[in-house]
Formats: sequence, structure tokens, C-alpha cells
Amino acid sequence: MDLAELHAIAEHERQMRKPIRIRCCVAAGCLSANGQAVKQRLEESVAAAGLQERVEVCGVGCLRLCSRGPLVQIDPAGALYENVTPETAPAIVTALDASGAPDEASLPARGDPAQPFFARQLPIVLENSGIIDPERIESYIAAGGYQALYRALHEMTPGEVVEEITRSGLRGRGGAGYLTGLKWATVAKSVAERKFVVCNGDEGDPGAFMDRSVLESDPHRILEGMAIAAYAVGANQGYAYVRGEYPLAIRRLEIAIRQAKKLGLLGSQIFESAFDFKIDIRIGAGAFVCGEETALMASIEGRRGTPRPRPPYPAESGLWGYPTLINNVETFANIAPIIRNGSGWFAAIGTEKSKGTKVFALAGKIRNTGLVEVPMGITLREIVEELGGGVPDNGTVKAVQTGGPSGGCIPATLFDTPVDYDSLAQVGSIMGSGGMIVMDDSTSMVDIAHYFMEFCRDESCGKCIPCRVGTVQLGRLLSKIRAGQATQADMQRMKELCRMMQETSLCGLGQSAPNPLLSTLRYFPQEYEQLLADRVEHDPDQQLDRRPELERQ
Amino acid sequence: MPSATLKPNANATTHPSGDNRFKILEATMKRQQYQPDALIEVLHKAQELFGYLSIGLLLHIAHSLKLPPSRVYGVATFYHFFSLAPQGEHTCAVCLGTACYVKGAATLLAAVEHAAGVKAGATTPDKRLSLLTARCLGACGIAPAVVFDGTVAGHQTTEALLEHVKGWFENGSG
Repeated sequence: MDLAELHAIAEHERQMRKPIRIRCCVAAGCLSANGQAVKQRLEESVAAAGLQERVEVCGVGCLRLCSRGPLVQIDPAGALYENVTPETAPAIVTALDASGAPDEASLPARGDPAQPFFARQLPIVLENSGIIDPERIESYIAAGGYQALYRALHEMTPGEVVEEITRSGLRGRGGAGYLTGLKWATVAKSVAERKFVVCNGDEGDPGAFMDRSVLESDPHRILEGMAIAAYAVGANQGYAYVRGEYPLAIRRLEIAIRQAKKLGLLGSQIFESAFDFKIDIRIGAGAFVCGEETALMASIEGRRGTPRPRPPYPAESGLWGYPTLINNVETFANIAPIIRNGSGWFAAIGTEKSKGTKVFALAGKIRNTGLVEVPMGITLREIVEELGGGVPDNGTVKAVQTGGPSGGCIPATLFDTPVDYDSLAQVGSIMGSGGMIVMDDSTSMVDIAHYFMEFCRDESCGKCIPCRVGTVQLGRLLSKIRAGQATQADMQRMKELCRMMQETSLCGLGQSAPNPLLSTLRYFPQEYEQLLADRVEHDPDQQLDRRPELERQ
Repeated sequence: MPSATLKPNANATTHPSGDNRFKILEATMKRQQYQPDALIEVLHKAQELFGYLSIGLLLHIAHSLKLPPSRVYGVATFYHFFSLAPQGEHTCAVCLGTACYVKGAATLLAAVEHAAGVKAGATTPDKRLSLLTARCLGACGIAPAVVFDGTVAGHQTTEALLEHVKGWFENGSG
């Protein structure tokens, strides 16, 4: 494989394209809304109308507006159809052929591709999502795929690649926001006979489905990003660690690896250079803590996914003691565009300290549920009200929750906060991996705090005591508050426990587990106070049983 | 004969029980060169083949990968995905992701727990239904979501959910 061959594949793919393309979403969201049957009916209808010469039906990745799925979009007109069912699908094909005005009554609802939900987005990570066929490497190559890898291998030294990533200002998209270039430089500097590159696709935050969509919609982008990273740091083996709950993402990644190997884009002497790189998939088995990098490495090594103290950081001593580069799916998805377009282009997007874009999974009590990719620095208000279309059923938005069980709830009064790593940290939340759940007036904040604490209690690996015991105790205190049996002393103890956990837990799970509680306490103290006050009103004489639990039974 | 050497399982040891699934498991372990690192991959395969991981099966894997049984048991019990008990005839998993929770998944779960008479994570005594919860299916666009026998159904209401589950109890197997 050389550059001419790559261009030839792209050219051939473009020539094979038919004048009209019906793009049908076959990512997980639309598939669970019967998307496969819709695609099949569209194919049958095209065949029945004898339009195969002019029209092709193409399964593509996520078209982003998941709440209106299954979605179908037509090229080149750009018409978008929402909530397509197998029954209404044939009318789309009929409308293509109709010489006069199409029969609007029989057609599925039309979406507006120019609405703010789409128009306000800036797709970099998702640039191919919903456009290319995720199961065909040719489709990715025709969209400019693997050219960045070629450029890195033939026009840049590994040091220059690291330098380029550093200059772009890209920060890790897994949540903590560590500078990607710095991490790469540390691994590149480490001297060892073997090095590894790991893609963290253990997207465990409930309500987050960005990484899944990227893996399902554009898997080759991850492979290309990992290969460039491996070249830059001097690794020859990569692991893509994907949640076991994402069978479709795993399958598409497997297909992608097979296709890339066949074309010589993975394996030995890639692009006829001296660079060898192989990627294996590791399937997670349902443990939230495995999103933590040291726990993830333990899991790859076939052990219980428990974290270990850092330092040493994986960049110095990771898998089997060798230097290991671990980045999130979305981070790897940004690599190829940066190499292709240059660090200056990337650094021009976003804010001073947070460059580029961020993909959010917008869900909860909001009109437009789905994926949005927005430049850093956009305000929460713009995301919720303009892109998201506000709360349905005339409800009032109360808060958004970002960062999942490690993040916090941001009240509507702070919606003018720009979305970047530092501003979100300042208001007591985190960027997180990108889940964004909108809550309206009907959601109790104490319930939400309890929900996340129970989540962390179940997911605590049990290795360190502050997290193992702290989550249980905090969960109990929250139950007590919800039941209207708590006192001010309990509130005090809860705050003390939170601090203890933050300061003494071994890994990020325990350190950040109090975040949802503390942020709701900070912004919605009246909801806690109300529950405390109710107790006094209803049971003024009730004495709390202070005996240890065992004696009470 | 050249064809005999091409058979992948030609030398795989057969399990005394004569169960063919052990042959497939053996092939998986062989492909991984019996590396202890491959334990999780092997457990995935074993659960896929047998439906759950019995103690006997775990011991067999421990022996094959030359790992102490405690290590295999430790890993199998650590990860939620692995089940050490057989599942019921049908499964119903209520998604408890944040988006589903905000849209009332807890009410759905309480209703189906009441109807089935078992708590989440348990199987009814007649082995007809296993009631499960899911962390997040990533199907937040159609919240609240429930998985019936592996098929995701979105926009669930208590009525629709109970009707579906009651159908299983009334119609017997099917």
C-alpha cells in the first residue's frame, strides 16, 4: 500500500457512488427503534421501483438526533426524515421518483437539517458519522481516511508528531483533561524494549454514549489515531478496550481491524515504512472502575479490575510493567484531523485553555435527545436551549448533570457558564466523558444524589476502605434524609465523610464519588433543608435510635 | 492425508462428559496459547457457550490455564457480566442509566419487581423469568428503555412493561 493506491481506492469509491444516496442510520439508538427493518424496506422499495441504477441505500453511523430515530437522510438534496417506520419507508422512495409534488401525507415526518441542533454543531470527531458506511474501509478512505497516517509516517518524525499534538493543545477527552501531548512525550521518552498503546473505550458513565457512537459510526478513525500515536511513542502493540455492553461497537471494530490488516494499514511495514503496529480488542465485563487507567490495565492482564496507587504512572510503568499510553476513544478520534489539518487549525477552535470541540450525549428531560459536538466555550444555555430545544411539555429546566457519577449538577442559574475544563471545575462539576443529563422541576436533587451514591457503592471495587465503606455510609445517610429521619448532625457527618473520601480514596472513583452529593448540597440546599424540616414538623418527639445497627435488630 | 492436519480441533482434548461445547472452549484457550492473561476472554466464551459459569466449569478453566481456582473465582465474581447461576427462561433488564432514571425507570423496576415477586438480580422460583438491571444501554434517546430477551424496547410505561412480562407468565414458554 502506498499513497497512489490509497488515492485510487478513494477515487474508485467515489466513482461507484450513485447519484442519489439514501443514508439510513444503523447505529445502536436507531437499531433499537427498528432501524434495520427500515433499511431493509428501503432496499426492497428501491429494487421494486427499478431504481438500483440511480439510487443506493447505505447504512451509516449515528445521524445524532437519537430521539427522532430511526432517521433517514437523502443525498444530495439533504432531506431528513424522522421516526421512519417500515410502513412509511416505501413512500420515501416513491417521493424520489415522483415527477410532481410528493404525497406528503404518506411520508414520514420531515426534519429540518438547518435547525440549530444541527447548524450549531461543529463536527470534527463526528465529521464522518452518519455519512460513511462504518463497515467498509473504502468509505472511510474516500472521506480522506488514512492520509494522516501516511503523512505522519512519511513526512514527520515521531518527535514532530508529538510536537504537533502538543501544539494543538488537545486535552484528554476521558474526563480529567490532561494534556495529550505531554502524555505522549512522557511515553516517547521512556526507554523500554516494548511499549503499548491502549484505547479506553470503557464508557461506563450512565447517560454517556459518545464513545459508543464513534466506535459504531467511524471505527477506522480510532485505528488511525491509535496507529499515529503508536508511531509517535514507539509502540508496536495496541489494545482497544471496549465495554462488553456494546456488542455492535465491538463487531464493527473487529471488522475495521480485519479490513485495515488486509490493506496493509495495520500489521507489518505499514505504508511500506519500517513501522509495525497491531491492535487487539479486549472486551470489558461490566465494571465501572475499569474506566480508571490502572484498573483497566489490570483487566487487560486478565485480573480483577482494581486500581493501584500512582505514581508510577502508566506512561512509565503500565501493562506488564512497560510504558503504556492510554487515551480515550474521543481523544484518538481527534488525532487524524490534527495531523491532516495542522495544529494551528485545531488550536484556533475553542477557548484559551480548552481547544477543539467536545461531543456531548444530551439526554434526560429535553426535546432533542442525541449527540452534539460543539466548540469548547459554548455556554450551557446554548446547548440546552438552542441545540436541545429546551424542556418538553412546558416544564422548566432545573439543572444539568455533567460528568456522571464523578460530576455534579449545575443549576439553571449558572447556565451562562462556558463549557470548558476549568469553568466546569469551578462550578463544582467536571467536563467528564460527555454525558449531559437535563433535569426539570419534577426531579428531586436529593434523589439524584442518592442515585449516584448507590451507583458508586455498587461499583466500588472494594480495594480501599474510604471508598468501600464511605459510599455505603453516605448512601445510608442519604436514604435517611430522603425518608425524613435525618438531623442536622447527620448533615454534618455527611459533609465530613465527603471530605474524607475525597482526600483519602485510592482512585478517581472514590475521590469523585461525593461530587454529585456536594454539588446538589451546594446549589439546592433548600431541598435537603425541606426534608429535615419535615421531620421536625411531623415527628417532633421522635428520638433517633443511636444504637449500632446490630443491636437494633 | 493433508486434510487431517488442517482440522483445528484435531488434537483438542475432549472433556470426560463428552459435551461438545468443551471442545469449542478448548479451541479458544488454545488460540490464546493458554495464557493466563486471556482469562477474561476465556470466561466470556465459556459464558456464551454454557449460559453461566458453574463452579465445575471455573475449575476446568483454572486447570487449563494453570491458574489457582481462587484467582479464576475472584475474576468471575468481580465482573458484573459473569453469572454464576443459571438464568431463567426469559430475561427482563430495566435500564437504570441516568437518562432512564430521570424518566422514571425506578418506578418501572418497582412495578415489575412487585409483579414478578422477586428482586432485581434474582430469578423466579419457577425459573421462568430473570429480572435484571442494566447500568446504561446507551439508548438514552428512547428512555426509559427495557431489554426483553435481548431486544431493546424504548419509551416504556409501567402498563406496557407489565403486559409484556405477564404475557410470559400466562403463555408458558414462548
